[in-house]
Amino acid sequence: MDLYDWLLFLHVLSAFLAVGAMTALWALILGTRSEGVLDPSTSMSYGRFFGIVVGIGMMGAIVFGIWLAIYVDGYELWDGWILASLVLWAMAGWAGGQAGRAFEADPVAGRARGIRFQAISSIGLLLILILMIWKPGA
Amino acid sequence: MLAAIRDGSVNFPLFLHVLGAMLLLGTLATVAYVTIAGWRSPERAGALSRFGLKALLIAVFPAYLLMRIGAQWTESQENFPDDFDPAWIGIGYITADIGALFVLISIILSAIGLRRSREDSTRSVSLARIVGVISVVLLAAYVVAVWAMTAKPT
Repeated sequence: MDLYDWLLFLHVLSAFLAVGAMTALWALILGTRSEGVLDPSTSMSYGRFFGIVVGIGMMGAIVFGIWLAIYVDGYELWDGWILASLVLWAMAGWAGGQAGRAFEADPVAGRARGIRFQAISSIGLLLILILMIWKPGA
Repeated sequence: MLAAIRDGSVNFPLFLHVLGAMLLLGTLATVAYVTIAGWRSPERAGALSRFGLKALLIAVFPAYLLMRIGAQWTESQENFPDDFDPAWIGIGYITADIGALFVLISIILSAIGLRRSREDSTRSVSLARIVGVISVVLLAAYVVAVWAMTAKPT
């Protein structure tokens, strides 16, 4: 394996961590629609754990993604699809942070607000995935 | 770099394949987490087991199907020559197809566990633990598959 292979593997693995953990957070949201499924402390520690994993995945994806864009001759950081991904990454990260804060502040009263931000963050990650596969303009 | 020169017709099936694999890892991680949490606090094991078994039954199988159908569709769109048989595709097939067997076993155990837990939630704990262990094994195998799909060892 050369450096390119390692960077690509770590970039993709980080993306899997982020989207996988986001999926786990949706499982928590859907699974706690009715009361009593999980007790509040379990839900909170579950949410915190996967929230942190989303953060680690997103950080890894951007670090190794930028490294790849610099390392690979065919890509530049100012390519349209890479710039769009960076903007979406920032938006998804901000919305994810807001979702976490809303759930932490009040899991019941803040639930609707948390879900809205969680949806924005998830859509951002989905759009990044689309850009990474289609690479428009590359 | 290969990604930049691939045929455009591969993109949509590849998207489904990757999305399915991401959802699969996420749902397996959910099952693994609640199983471990239930192991660590036995007083909450009943509720956590029900949650994990439900997650497996509802989410893991559709995610697996999306990943597997996407993989087959991607390969058919790639138009590889007949003698093209690299190790990374082999690793992908082995992890996916042996994984299918474990997913099937987990689904059966989940259905039995959920049926048992209707009377008493603690009766599903042992089955949930087996399903949780299978999920951890599958997670490890799929990380190897992600490595094979990206590093493409020959």
